[in-house]
Amino acid sequence: MGATPEHETALPPADPSAGDKGWSRRGPWRRVLQGLLASPTAVISAALLALIVVATLLAPVYAKQVSGTDPFRSGLSAKIKIDGKPVPVMQQSTEGLGLGVTPIGPTWGPQYLLGADGQGRDVAARLLYGGQNSLLIAGASTVLCLLIAAIVGIAAGYLGGAVDGVLSNLIDMIWAFPVYLLAISLSIVMIGKSYAFGPFEISSGSLIVPILIIGLVYVPYVARPIRGRVLALNQSEFVMAARGLGIRPGRILWRHILPNVSTTLIVFAPMLMALNIVTESSLSFLSVGVQPPNASWGTILQDGQTLLYSRPMVSLAPGLAIMVTVLLLNLFGDVLRDVLDPKSARGR
Amino acid sequence: MTDLTPLTPAAAAGTRPILSIRDLSVSFLGARNSWTRVIEGLSFDVAPGETVALVGESGSGKSVTSLSVLGLLDPTTSRLEGSILLDGHDVLKLDEAGMIRHIRGQAAAMIFQEPMTSLHPIYRVGDQIMEALTSHRDMPKAEARRQAIALLERVRIPNAARRIDDYPHAFSGGMRQRVMIAMALASRPKLLIADEPTTALDVTVQGEILDLLKDLQAEFGMAMLFITHDMGVVAEMADRTVVMLRGRSVEQGPTAAIFADPQQPYTRALLASVPVLGSMKGEPAPLRFPVVDMKTGVAGGALPLRSKPDLTAPILDVRDLVTRFDLRGGLLNRRVARVHAVENVSFRIFPGETLSLVGESGCGKSTTGKSIIRLNDRSTGSVRLGDDDLFGLGAEAMRRKRRDIQMIPQDPLASMNPRMTVGDALVEPFLEHRMGTAAEGRVRAARLMDQVGLTAAMLERYPHEFSGGQRQRVCIARALMLDPKLIIADESVSALDVSVKAQVVNLLLDIQDRMGIAFLFISHDIAVVERISHRIAVMYMGEIVEIGPRAEILERPRHAYTRQLIGAVTVPDPARRHLRRNLAVTELRTPIRPLDYAPPARRYEEVAPGHLVMVEG
Amino acid sequence: MLAAVLSRLLRMVVVMFGISVITFLIFFATPSSDPAARIAGKNAAQETIEAVRKDFGLDRPLYVQYGLMMKRLFVTRDLTSFANRGQQIVPAVAAAAPATLSLVSGAAVLWMLGGILTGITAAAWRGRWPDKLLMGISMMAVAMPVFWVGEMVNLITQNRLHDTWAFSWVPALGYTPFSEDPGLWFRSMVFPWLTLAFLYIGLYGRMLRTGIIETYQEDFIRTARAKGLTGRKVLLKHATRSAIIPIVIMFGMDFGVLVGGAAVLTEVVFGINGVGRLTYQALKVLDLPMIMATVLYASFFVVIANAVVDLLCLLIDPRMRRA
Repeated sequence: MGATPEHETALPPADPSAGDKGWSRRGPWRRVLQGLLASPTAVISAALLALIVVATLLAPVYAKQVSGTDPFRSGLSAKIKIDGKPVPVMQQSTEGLGLGVTPIGPTWGPQYLLGADGQGRDVAARLLYGGQNSLLIAGASTVLCLLIAAIVGIAAGYLGGAVDGVLSNLIDMIWAFPVYLLAISLSIVMIGKSYAFGPFEISSGSLIVPILIIGLVYVPYVARPIRGRVLALNQSEFVMAARGLGIRPGRILWRHILPNVSTTLIVFAPMLMALNIVTESSLSFLSVGVQPPNASWGTILQDGQTLLYSRPMVSLAPGLAIMVTVLLLNLFGDVLRDVLDPKSARGR
Repeated sequence: MTDLTPLTPAAAAGTRPILSIRDLSVSFLGARNSWTRVIEGLSFDVAPGETVALVGESGSGKSVTSLSVLGLLDPTTSRLEGSILLDGHDVLKLDEAGMIRHIRGQAAAMIFQEPMTSLHPIYRVGDQIMEALTSHRDMPKAEARRQAIALLERVRIPNAARRIDDYPHAFSGGMRQRVMIAMALASRPKLLIADEPTTALDVTVQGEILDLLKDLQAEFGMAMLFITHDMGVVAEMADRTVVMLRGRSVEQGPTAAIFADPQQPYTRALLASVPVLGSMKGEPAPLRFPVVDMKTGVAGGALPLRSKPDLTAPILDVRDLVTRFDLRGGLLNRRVARVHAVENVSFRIFPGETLSLVGESGCGKSTTGKSIIRLNDRSTGSVRLGDDDLFGLGAEAMRRKRRDIQMIPQDPLASMNPRMTVGDALVEPFLEHRMGTAAEGRVRAARLMDQVGLTAAMLERYPHEFSGGQRQRVCIARALMLDPKLIIADESVSALDVSVKAQVVNLLLDIQDRMGIAFLFISHDIAVVERISHRIAVMYMGEIVEIGPRAEILERPRHAYTRQLIGAVTVPDPARRHLRRNLAVTELRTPIRPLDYAPPARRYEEVAPGHLVMVEG
Repeated sequence: MLAAVLSRLLRMVVVMFGISVITFLIFFATPSSDPAARIAGKNAAQETIEAVRKDFGLDRPLYVQYGLMMKRLFVTRDLTSFANRGQQIVPAVAAAAPATLSLVSGAAVLWMLGGILTGITAAAWRGRWPDKLLMGISMMAVAMPVFWVGEMVNLITQNRLHDTWAFSWVPALGYTPFSEDPGLWFRSMVFPWLTLAFLYIGLYGRMLRTGIIETYQEDFIRTARAKGLTGRKVLLKHATRSAIIPIVIMFGMDFGVLVGGAAVLTEVVFGINGVGRLTYQALKVLDLPMIMATVLYASFFVVIANAVVDLLCLLIDPRMRRA
């Protein structure tokens, strides 16, 4: 530094109009959190979602302590006591030709609260266990999808050239493949078999298979906007400035591009999770998702299909569970998007 | 080059005002349901045929005032008190239907700052003008079309009958502003509100639009409420002026009186900070802006730059720089045309010297700056920094070399990572160039923050927590972290308010004095360039048309384009009010050429020592 | 112009080729998928599997199998099913197409009308009760799995309230061709249409509302208001016209995908023998020729929809005509 000249210009306090209005030391993430906390919608939906997660985690407690049934074993010959009288879970059908049996309907008591399914299993207990799996699959496939989409999108957007050419065309091609057809195709090929990858083994009924499938099919829908965001960031003033300052390319990617892509990823997360819950239920409904004896909201819906007119509760309950969860995720996601991307919030 | 046509004074004294604002207060609904007052007790009148300027810096509430007059503020988030009488109607008492029946597009019409976004992109300009004509009175379509063409002719759009069927994207910014004016005139308003109508335009186009507005005002006999931050525009346009500061009127009166004898400290400070082209006649060295005491508004002396350029060896030597971009399209994305953004540009800069590149948008001045530091890879030629040819360096060598040549951007907020504190942003390049430890970096960053007029405590803040001027100071500190030999300042003060602009220019001169840094100062603002430069290069369509010492270029310009550029600059001197430039209506010219275009060989003639002018042909 | 059209056609062919290859690879080249074993059935003897392999030509190199299948699908058009031997593929797809087209077209009319009406109404009453009500319903529509909505509709119209005056006109599940009985066709399609449209009304209504509200921030809306246009004209002619462009793009894509078979869940729930259900059944029994045909059929519509959307954009947005 040169010597201080004697005529050092007396600078007035920089920009008198700005003033110091007691800025708190707030980082961008703190602002997001505060934005969420300031929104009753976000707080309530997050709290209810947490409640749903806790409830499903308590499934074993409910099964053992409250309903006292094993929701994974068929209870065709089980009997429960209602008003002191033993009642069979599977009741002789009194309608129609009198053939076959109909499972017990909702008792609104501790046992078989929501009735039994076609194999005499407690629907309420299965609903909680199924919720565990539905949420696990949706959550894990969301993480998987975001991870792969981030890698693909960032590679295409940041490396450009031939890498971008190959990846972008691949994305476009899979984009033209209807999601459900792709998911069903992958399921048919992959489900019901076991795989061995060195020391790891995926058993035939493993949840990893639906997680993989659901995680993969939406990758193009996330990777494409991520690529666009990276391209925009790559041309942004501050990345240009970092280049001009002589920051190494690896560090530019790590410190300047990645943190700013992460907001896009986070905006996608709740909406993608909501979508994945619906996708899981659809695949399981078509019996190409979660495999028995495992339960999920989708498999319960499938169980309920044949009982639709006689015992609608078996279909009604998981459907409502899906609706409420997805609704809450979307409500939370809307607020999150507005907080992370103030431009779209202008419209509110 | 200027034909001096006098204009009849429009203000008729003693008549009833067309617009009368009394005790207007406006509040906006902010975060946590609190109301913030943005206009407080504002009163002024506009007489028929008169032009009144509302002038002030950003946040002064001048645009809010204009939107209030037309009732365009969102009623759910704004609260207005007081009274606005426009052509006999009390605007604040009218409902939406009343506003449409009597005010908007009737008694008053408005044009806006951004001509590029103010027209609907998917309707033909003719349809948009015809809509303004037919929405207030019954008119057959053919008649509306005839009148729309007539209006386009009135705003001097060439080939109006043909261009009426074009979409807005086929027009340049200046032409779009003409379309906006035509649309505003459709209802023959008694009051035209012009909200910064020339701020987004190039200086020569600004001159054309200002001239046009003056002519149309005489033709239509309407009053104008002119909102601007530019004292030059005020001096040129306004009969009377209202100076605004933070939502209040500080001072109002005849424009000539305000300029000649400002009563309030703020007005004095504002006028002292305005760069005036031609005020440097006879000054040998770059000159700081006078330091203004914000309390009294008294301007101190202006200190000249003490250090002198070291003319022994250039720090930067640019030879035959060419930057061309391909435009692609059609089958298999083939090249279809080429943008000749920079064509055969050569210049040298010596240590401690400031060379300014001036020109209008699209002339290639910013691209030149980016090409020199290799922020695009489409350039040929040679750029020698000291002993190295930058274009011959490998990636890692170039990265290390970037220490010596730094950039101060136009938009400081966009050029800082929003997710990094200012401290991290300052220390990062220091560490990347292995100039010391993180602790040493913090010490240096703290000292530099002090030197640019900020405090070390601000290092913990994020960019969004600073004002515009403070952010530009942070960017200057960041550039200085690396001890550069040359700084490229790309429109670095253009977006700042006048008082802040003057402070930042002074800071740049301080740095040059203290550290002997050379500047490549890229700007469209010739009045600022006059203050800061040793030498000036004028660019037009990718080429340097004239280069030489500052006094030579500004006082004895040779090239026709340089003269046009200097002649178009507004001067904050009300005495020159009724002058006309008589500029030809120009369409935007672009350096897009067919693929087989070969640029003509250019020759430069030395008309004075160091003063080179391009010779056509 | 011709160059642009040719370039477009070339791209379409390339995408369809790519999709056929991906499908082929999923079913023929995935390590654990042995089509012969699938066809032979569970617990089939090794000799049976080998015989099947030879019989169906599955022992030949992959590219030969691919080429033969494409030739029999497009050139000789006599490709037959693996599952129901002798069943011709092309007529089967052709027979399923009208049911899907009926379902999707009817629903599309409903959801475009409903979605646009919802979006405009909600935007016009922004923040007040009509907005909150419509957006609440839209959020629910988006949150419910479409097959579950279908089941609930069936529960009410086919069972619980079927014998009341309200729903006694609803015929039993299944599809009746329009040519056989237009009245029955219409009555049997009403609830499938409503069910499918409900989801999309929610999606489109929300998107259009957001689009209109964002457009209101644009400078050109301020210009329109400043020149004294009525609120209705600003909303309909200036804001909605701009905000509807992304809706048109989305509609083209959704319509293409659904006609191609993505309405499988609705078809299954309502017992409509459409392309989606055909595809799903083919997938379940791994009827490879049928899978290839239906997947290509689906991708054909996606590709066509893409092209139509681009063309529509040129028509409604002059900015895109610049290049």
